Amino acid sequence: MSIKGKAYIAGIYEHPTRKAEGISLPQLHAEVARGALLDAGLNFRDVDAYFCAGDAPGLGALSMAEYMGLQPRHIDNTETGGSSYLLHVNHAAQAIAAGKCKVALITLAGKPRTGGAPPGRPPMAVIPPDFAFEDAYGPTVLNIYAMCAQRHMHEFGTTAEQLAWIKVAASEHAQHNPHAMLKNVVTVDEVVNSPVVADPLHRLDCCVVSDGGGAVVLVAPEIAASLNRPKVRVLGAGEAIKHPRGGEVDITFSGAVWSGADAFAEAGVTPADIQYVSLYDSFTITVLMQLEDLGFCKKGQGGPFVADGNLISGRGSLPFNTDGGGLCNNHPGNRGGMTKILETVRQLRGEAHPKVQVKDCELALAHGTGGYLGTRHGSATVIMERE
Amino acid sequence: MSENKKHVNSDSAMAPYFEAATEGQLLLKRCADCDKTYYYPRPICPFCMSDDTTWVEASGGGQIYSWSVQRRADPVYVIAFVTLDEGPTMMTNIIDCDLDSLEIGQKVSLVFEQREGQPVPVFRLA
Repeated sequence: MSIKGKAYIAGIYEHPTRKAEGISLPQLHAEVARGALLDAGLNFRDVDAYFCAGDAPGLGALSMAEYMGLQPRHIDNTETGGSSYLLHVNHAAQAIAAGKCKVALITLAGKPRTGGAPPGRPPMAVIPPDFAFEDAYGPTVLNIYAMCAQRHMHEFGTTAEQLAWIKVAASEHAQHNPHAMLKNVVTVDEVVNSPVVADPLHRLDCCVVSDGGGAVVLVAPEIAASLNRPKVRVLGAGEAIKHPRGGEVDITFSGAVWSGADAFAEAGVTPADIQYVSLYDSFTITVLMQLEDLGFCKKGQGGPFVADGNLISGRGSLPFNTDGGGLCNNHPGNRGGMTKILETVRQLRGEAHPKVQVKDCELALAHGTGGYLGTRHGSATVIMERE
Repeated sequence: MSENKKHVNSDSAMAPYFEAATEGQLLLKRCADCDKTYYYPRPICPFCMSDDTTWVEASGGGQIYSWSVQRRADPVYVIAFVTLDEGPTMMTNIIDCDLDSLEIGQKVSLVFEQREGQPVPVFRLA
């Protein structure tokens, strides 16, 4: 069974806060849920499916359904880090296509700047099996992604300047977003001259840390037809987990090679058809590898592809992250998958900022990488179309 | 010792690994059915699902697959993936090295370092 055309994204909402002083984590979830449902013209009482991930408090959907007064008959706590919400879109579309639900709500919220996320690796209820063989070496999100960049440079000749173009493009877009944390346009020189934080990545190769959240509402076709919103439908989706395979390590590619292939096959389109992409941008290298793995350029050619402004809306061939992305706008709860969906939907609705809106944007892709690019991560790809 | 580490030490299936470490030996797992050598160790082979797996000692030689220096840490440290001569690539640290002249492909050799009372396999440039 395919999900092609069987579910519509009817509501989206991005919390404007970047520092949520005085707002609790469950309140943030409820505020973004309310925002997305109001956007769709729906209410808590209309929701019959609820999706959330590890950022939700307590027992996830169990705790948040009570807080919001939801009565879901389809529930999903799938957790793959920052990519979770893209998998949730896939799962919600599957459930709607199967007739299990008609109105699916997905929420994300986080407060790394104002509490709720102490520094360092949190205490774990159940210790993951890799822990005893990795934790002593000081793996961090930063140095694990940095090792991917190091190997990519070694194998393919990718340069720091090429990676810097990804940050430059994000900053060109962020200047038009009043909510963006970093609104100043930066240059390649400024990126490569910022301090090296984990070789070969510089401070400006990294995303921001922000509070906030977002939500998405997916609905069945007959619900979408009854709502007064632009119609954006899911054409195809794919998901994958990539891990070190018992020591057969190759960190030059990501799970996007699998999730992307599945999504394109289901949608019946090719990378050349895509007019806009939202790509997970925890670091510049994340974007570069995803572009290659999704097929927007050949493996190893990501560096030349992103150079000279090719990702800048109105200038390049493939505009990306026109909200400024995680590199400049926000990265709520250190989980960027939700905001990738939101800007893709804005582009397809024609509701992006006029300075970055892609003309006649009808087909777009959102992709996320959750967890650790160089060890174990979850990848998810969603292709959407304006009807 | 942290709560997390206490849990790890209670895993009896991994006891031979930690005992060997106190003798300065790094143990890998080899599958008797599919002949794959793998790391990190676990009782059931992730390549063929066989539960007929045995411990084998690593020679201690390898080369750097990738590396990074955590520049803002105190003290600064080098994290790396090292490809062992036996095949598997493992996460580790490179110690006692010049932070500005590391290269992928450099040969390294195994050494154990005491951390929080436990011997941890790390590498020096060979």
